[in-house]
Amino acid sequence: MSFYGLVDGTEASLKKYLGSLSGVDQVGADARAAMLATRSIKTTSKRWAIDTAITMVDLTTLEGADTPGKVKALCTKAVRPDPTDSTVPSVGAVCVYNDMVEIARTHLDLIGGQHVGVAAVSTAFPSGRASMVVKIQDTKDAVEAGASEIDMVIDRGAFLSGRYIEVFDEIVQIREVCGTKAHLKVIFETGELVTYDNVRKASFLAMAAGADFIKTSTGKVAPAATAPVVLVMLEAVRDFYAMTQVRIGVKPAGGIRNTKDAIKQLVLVNETAGPEWLKPSLFRIGASALLNDLLMQRMKMDDGYYASPQYVTID
Amino acid sequence: MSNRIDVRKTYKLFINGAFPRTESGRTYEVKNAKGVFIANPCLASRKDLKDAVVAARAAQHGWNKATAYNKGQILYRLAEMLEGRRAQFVDEIVTITGVSKAKAEKEVTDSVDRLVWYAGWTDKISSLSGALNPVAGPYYNFTIPESMGVIAAIAPEAPSLLGLIDSIAPIIVGGNTVVVLASTKAPLSAMSFAEVIATSDVPAGVINILTGKKDEITPWMASHMDIDGLDVSGLSAKKHADVKTAGTENLKRIYSFKSADPGRILAFMENKTVWHPIGL
Repeated sequence: MSFYGLVDGTEASLKKYLGSLSGVDQVGADARAAMLATRSIKTTSKRWAIDTAITMVDLTTLEGADTPGKVKALCTKAVRPDPTDSTVPSVGAVCVYNDMVEIARTHLDLIGGQHVGVAAVSTAFPSGRASMVVKIQDTKDAVEAGASEIDMVIDRGAFLSGRYIEVFDEIVQIREVCGTKAHLKVIFETGELVTYDNVRKASFLAMAAGADFIKTSTGKVAPAATAPVVLVMLEAVRDFYAMTQVRIGVKPAGGIRNTKDAIKQLVLVNETAGPEWLKPSLFRIGASALLNDLLMQRMKMDDGYYASPQYVTID
Repeated sequence: MSNRIDVRKTYKLFINGAFPRTESGRTYEVKNAKGVFIANPCLASRKDLKDAVVAARAAQHGWNKATAYNKGQILYRLAEMLEGRRAQFVDEIVTITGVSKAKAEKEVTDSVDRLVWYAGWTDKISSLSGALNPVAGPYYNFTIPESMGVIAAIAPEAPSLLGLIDSIAPIIVGGNTVVVLASTKAPLSAMSFAEVIATSDVPAGVINILTGKKDEITPWMASHMDIDGLDVSGLSAKKHADVKTAGTENLKRIYSFKSADPGRILAFMENKTVWHPIGL
């Protein structure tokens, strides 16, 4: 493991690396995110933004009440979000619990959705409170069942009490399990990290440990993907690219429910990390209700009048 | 001599139980009959309408489920709150229309009485208009009126308060939620009435009030796929045809009314027929 030459895997080197990070100007980050949220995206730009956002959606169902039928319905929607309009692109991936991965993969392949990935939440999602043995087995199960993306949660308890090396080692071990078969997304649960400094620190820690994506939240804790938090993470991937020439992806999840929110995220990406990040391989949005709103806005742009939720599928 | 500066009311919209400004940031001038400036109410945009419809749709299921008794109590509460603020409403009507105080008082009295009258209908409408139909078989066959969904209404220019109440109350009696565009020339009583609504236990989103221009908002109401019915009583008859054409596309029920009667409630209700086996 080279860790981009940033750390050598020891606690001392990790502390030195994280200690070298600059702090985040909280007031500045809030103000910048609020300012970017006022951008007005209209007509052809809006149309492009809606279609781009659809391709970036990780269509998610993470409920205790999930059934194979519901997951299959979700997969069908992921491949063809609007059954009446074939010009609507497929979403990026479906995001499900571990035991639903095989069902999702099989169904996607069956209906011509080979291009849609299956993301599995892993490592004792959403709390991350389990032994390492269990977490590794959890991830192995998902990869063997056909998951192309693993969304792991970090141990926030360890992170907040300063045991960074534990968090680092965990990510490294899960990265190894993923191998070349699956992309690794690391979830911070920013709502529990308290400060933007911690978000920045967690971002750099995860990126050095081998994350392909850094993800804000599980969707189970509020606040989730607030604009300033996403801004801080986008600045982190931008700075990391400057250091290593490697582009890491970002996935906000939780609380992005309508088209306006999604477009605000795209503006943040464009203005912070840059237009290179405006593609599904480097930016994803974890959401469930969002897709219907994107579809309704798309219908409104095509038809010239407001659409009704009765014309999109119920999740 | 007093140096105190007047504390003037900002007239905003009423959407989802809150008083937001229009997202467009626009206002228009309201003048009284003599041309004297009175206020700058919001000039609502189609996006305010969209937001109001989202709120109304979200509120509809809960409002429809509320018992007839509960709906009646809430409508009666509106009458109570309006009665308590009688002086303010009389004052606003006199200021803006220039009618005599006696005439304004009559309009407020009529408005309160009208609300009480509608409140009484909530638990009677289905028994009076429903039916037990004779069928050739061992079944009961009932027909009962049910709510239609989200209804939009264009309130008449005058009388501004009584007309608004006739645009709102019959629609919500039937379990629908409403988005109403208030009188353009006299929107003050409408926005003050929103304060009455806000203090009457009406669930957020059941009644939403916009102020603005009819020509701008009406086409969006007519074409909106998530509005089930439209009351165009406040629109001049020559404009009805255009609205009806736009509304045909989405099977919208569009009606205009001249008076307050139970038919006004039933216009925005749909009949449901239920078969029920008769036991021994």
